[in-house]
Amino acid sequence: MNTHLLSLLTFLPVAGMVAILLIPRDKLNIIKITAAVATGIQLLLAIQLVAGFERGVRAMQFVEHLQWIPAFNIEYFIGVDGLSVPLVFLTALLSFIGVFASWNISKATKGYFALFLLLDMGMIGVFVSLDFFLFYIFWEVMLLPMYFLIGLWGGPKREYAAIKFFLYTLFGSVLMLLAMLALYFANEPHTFNMLILIENSDRLAQMTIWGLQASKVVFIALFIGFAIKVPVFPFHTWLPLAHVEAPTAISVILAGVLLKMGTYGILRISYPMLPDATLWFAGALAILGMINIIWGAMCALAQTDLKKLVAYSSINHMGYVLLGMAAIAGFGSNLAAAKTGLSGAYFQMFNHGTITAMLFLLVGVVYDRAHHRNIDGFGGLAVVTPVYAGITAFAFFAGLGLPAMSGFISEALCFLGAFPTYRTVTIISGLGILLNAAYFLRAYQKVYLGPLNEKYKDLEEINDRELFTLVPLMIIILFFGIYPAPFINLISSSVDQLIDWVQVGSQMVIR
Amino acid sequence: MEGYTQYSLIILFLPLLSFVIQIFVGKRLPRKGDVIATGLVGITLLLSIAMFAMSFFIQKDPAFPYHPHFEWLTIGDFTIKLGFYLDNMTIVMLLMVAIISSMVHLYSIGYMEGDPRYSRYFGFLGLFTFSMNGIVLSNNFFMTYIFWELVGLSSYLLIGFWFEKKSASDAGKKAFIVNRVGDVGMWIGLMILFATLGTWSYVDVFESIHAGMLHGGLLTAAGILIFMGAVGKSAQFPLHIWLPDAMEGPTPVSALIHAATMVAAGVFLSLRIFPMLSVDAMTFIAIVGGITAFLAALIAITQNDIKKVLAYSTVSQLGYMILAVGTGAYVAGFFHLVTHAMFKASLFLGSGSVIHAMHHAYHKLHDHGRDPQDMRNMGALREKMPVTFWTFLISTLALSGVPLTSGFLSKDAILAGTLSYYHEHQSLLGLILVFFGFGAAFITAFYMFRLVYMTFFGKPADVKVQAHIHESPKTMTIPLMTLATLSTFIMFTLPKLNPFSDKGWFTTLIQAPEKVVEGLEHFNHEIMEGIHHAHSTAMMISVTVATLGILLATMLYFWKKWDAATWASKIPTLYKLSLNKFYIDEIYMNGIVLPFLKLCSIVGFIDMEIYDKYVIDGAARSMQKISDVAGIQLDYNFLDQTVIDGVGRLAKVSGSQIKKIQTGRLQNYLTYVMSAVILFFIIETIIKAV
Repeated sequence: MNTHLLSLLTFLPVAGMVAILLIPRDKLNIIKITAAVATGIQLLLAIQLVAGFERGVRAMQFVEHLQWIPAFNIEYFIGVDGLSVPLVFLTALLSFIGVFASWNISKATKGYFALFLLLDMGMIGVFVSLDFFLFYIFWEVMLLPMYFLIGLWGGPKREYAAIKFFLYTLFGSVLMLLAMLALYFANEPHTFNMLILIENSDRLAQMTIWGLQASKVVFIALFIGFAIKVPVFPFHTWLPLAHVEAPTAISVILAGVLLKMGTYGILRISYPMLPDATLWFAGALAILGMINIIWGAMCALAQTDLKKLVAYSSINHMGYVLLGMAAIAGFGSNLAAAKTGLSGAYFQMFNHGTITAMLFLLVGVVYDRAHHRNIDGFGGLAVVTPVYAGITAFAFFAGLGLPAMSGFISEALCFLGAFPTYRTVTIISGLGILLNAAYFLRAYQKVYLGPLNEKYKDLEEINDRELFTLVPLMIIILFFGIYPAPFINLISSSVDQLIDWVQVGSQMVIR
Repeated sequence: MEGYTQYSLIILFLPLLSFVIQIFVGKRLPRKGDVIATGLVGITLLLSIAMFAMSFFIQKDPAFPYHPHFEWLTIGDFTIKLGFYLDNMTIVMLLMVAIISSMVHLYSIGYMEGDPRYSRYFGFLGLFTFSMNGIVLSNNFFMTYIFWELVGLSSYLLIGFWFEKKSASDAGKKAFIVNRVGDVGMWIGLMILFATLGTWSYVDVFESIHAGMLHGGLLTAAGILIFMGAVGKSAQFPLHIWLPDAMEGPTPVSALIHAATMVAAGVFLSLRIFPMLSVDAMTFIAIVGGITAFLAALIAITQNDIKKVLAYSTVSQLGYMILAVGTGAYVAGFFHLVTHAMFKASLFLGSGSVIHAMHHAYHKLHDHGRDPQDMRNMGALREKMPVTFWTFLISTLALSGVPLTSGFLSKDAILAGTLSYYHEHQSLLGLILVFFGFGAAFITAFYMFRLVYMTFFGKPADVKVQAHIHESPKTMTIPLMTLATLSTFIMFTLPKLNPFSDKGWFTTLIQAPEKVVEGLEHFNHEIMEGIHHAHSTAMMISVTVATLGILLATMLYFWKKWDAATWASKIPTLYKLSLNKFYIDEIYMNGIVLPFLKLCSIVGFIDMEIYDKYVIDGAARSMQKISDVAGIQLDYNFLDQTVIDGVGRLAKVSGSQIKKIQTGRLQNYLTYVMSAVILFFIIETIIKAV
């Protein structure tokens, strides 16, 4: 398959960005339509990718491989497997939806959409890169538009939030850079090619850094880099701030896609390239997942700002991903459990993307009308806006893991995968089932139920544009909740491949 | 066999179709779709009757199980198969759900008339019926868990149907969260099962346990943990607190969900897992059931809200069923589940009829201050509402366990089981359970007749109100008459006609499945023997206590020979405990909920105001200082220029940067930063390489 589908997918937004930069700044509608067209075509391409992706194949597909900077053996090497396809699709979908969620941006519209499309490129780039250096470039490129999008178009404390986000991530990036270089130099000949780095995944295990096994040191450095993005406790405090300050569409992208890059990075890079360290660290990962679940839920219960609550729910939900990922350690005794856990983690990443996107869009709807998000400042909104309240109930129930919604299946798979290996941790994490229900229903009751707050008796019902952003997500959540097999089948071979890589790699180290 | 599968599929999905129609187009349909919703559920009733007839006349085999299934999700060796488990219990349950659901649909046409969310109401009823049938039909634990949560959802939606009332939306939330407490336990139990046995299907799980793959303490733990789900759903002590609050929902909903079907799902699950329950797990279950039966009955004595009395009575009766499961009286437990569903639905619908009438009378008088559910505002309603009265009385007799009713037969069977349990074990626990069982039977008869006397007899509390009281419309009285008829003994003993023996179609079709736990091979046989011996003793005691209970209520509330208030003042502690539901809600609120919420706000505070502010921001500041001092390292220069500077004087520096961008240099700035980043990494690489 020698198409340039992936390059098109990645750089189409750049074309859109250039076009927008050429449009005069006062032609607002043309700017928005250009952004919508660019992301719309991208979404169609992503659908084509999903359709054309061959199931049951372990190898990378849609590969494009060119020399880029030969002096350092840096390549333009992109391709996808079952692990990246869903996230590419998710990115394209949320970018498209994000454009419509940004329709009312009135301040420096041109700059906003230009940056938005640049961000879009960075995200897709991260998910398709098979060269670590390229991956890193996209990773960093993404950071900048994000910084400005929060810092310029955000809420009252946007600058503080933006800088906090930037510093945090940059700190992680530095560690990631060092880890990347370590991998690069440990390999002979030096290379950033991920597949080769995976093949030689025993190199670092045989070296030492400051008397410690190099693979473990590098794993930790990489992990911190990725953990900040997820975010894993205790690197999570940028998230509530950034979310609260960011405009709606950016929160959607941030929670829906950016957080996934952390876990994607761990699975794409740390796991197969450092298999021995992965197994060494898996127990800690399970515990961190548990902390994320419980701590995130408890913080969510304490919030009075609806958006902050949703932000903490992300920390909580990403905890399930970590728990499922930790199941890898069980491959020796219970291969089915390891595969279940990893599939669950992957599925949960995707599902969290759609569910949290809905949640942020819905918070945006009420914020646009009431100009505040104080949970205690509403009451009885379901009386005046039944459709809006109904869709919110849908999203909240999806968030609390109700069966027939996709989130339930992925959470269940994460639990089932982790349980045989980490019983106590999984049982404690099980409390999350209860706490999720508590914080979502508590918020729902306060905002939407009870006697109507007279201040909002003329609150405007959700409009068609907002519905247009929400309905596709509802359909996806419901579809995969009822029939998850297509998703699981899509990723199945790649999960097998990943487990194989870790298994073979860790055995190589032992030998 | 094929017929069973197809019928089951239609029975399962028609109510879902009703939900979808009602939610999307219900408002635009003629009569807001109530006819369609009721019609669809009516079809499921016909099909359920057909299935029952097939099983009763053709199959006749009490031990026939049939489980068609398909693969739903496969991950390597991990598979989830969904399918049906069709045996006589399933078929009887389906019939029962269909009867109650269609009666409640019909009744709601009258009861909910004029409600602004009329079509949505019928949609939710459909969603509930679908979910309930899912539990009934499921052949595996995973599917059961799915529908388990879905009935929780429909219960939440219907309890909080009048969500403008804060108490109603609070009750919905409470019900869902309390149920989730049980579900956490259930989920952990399911994880133990799956991790050990690698299958979800009931049949396979039991076979694996029979083969010894799971035994001893872990098996007991799994049994008790799964039973936790039933504790939540069937409102057993200590998770019973949500059910009385659930009375905030419309009364037909209370009849359908919170009396007859959903709350019985916990009992149903306990019966499904009956084969795998170890002796210790059964003891635990018996204790929970016994406490619930007795405690809830005590609370029901002093309640004045007609629905609250019935709610606590439901809790108490569910306790009976659970007690039956725990003592091994499988058939008795299921028998009581079915008979109770009929007479309790009838009682709730009857109370709804009364409330409906009271509400309208108050409405006519423009009186919105008085509570139409408070029995102290009622009295002498029997003359005005004869159909409601007579059906209510028949159902009350059934609930009190008076001969000639269905309740007499099933309650007697449970009490015989308890008695036989005591004979078998000769333990203090057995004695306590016997005391709880017969004690609760006495109290039940008492508080039910207290309710009947306060509501239907005596003098009217307010003559003006009395003048406006009318019997309810046909749509409401037909279900009442149907359900009252179904509360008579003959409905369960056919083709036999002995009112003192439960021998009949029910006991022919329903028989306890074999235990698969090691050492319990002869369990069912021994239980059957024991119950047989205890049967007549139990009957005598139970008739005696029921008579005493009724007599006492008559003395106090009909003949008024004694004064109830004087009695209450003689035992103030006990009276207050009962009136205040043993303060269990308050204990949870002050002992668990509020402290936990406090803890959450402390955690939230630590997270943002301490950890983030001092540790994270502090680390950033010290990094800035170090880099200032050291002043080396390319990356710190880069950091300094664009970011770190800002941390100290956040607003100022970044503000000015942002101003620069706003003045139109965004493109320049972007290009600059981007090239800086790329350049920086290339240089860094070169340095490291050298």
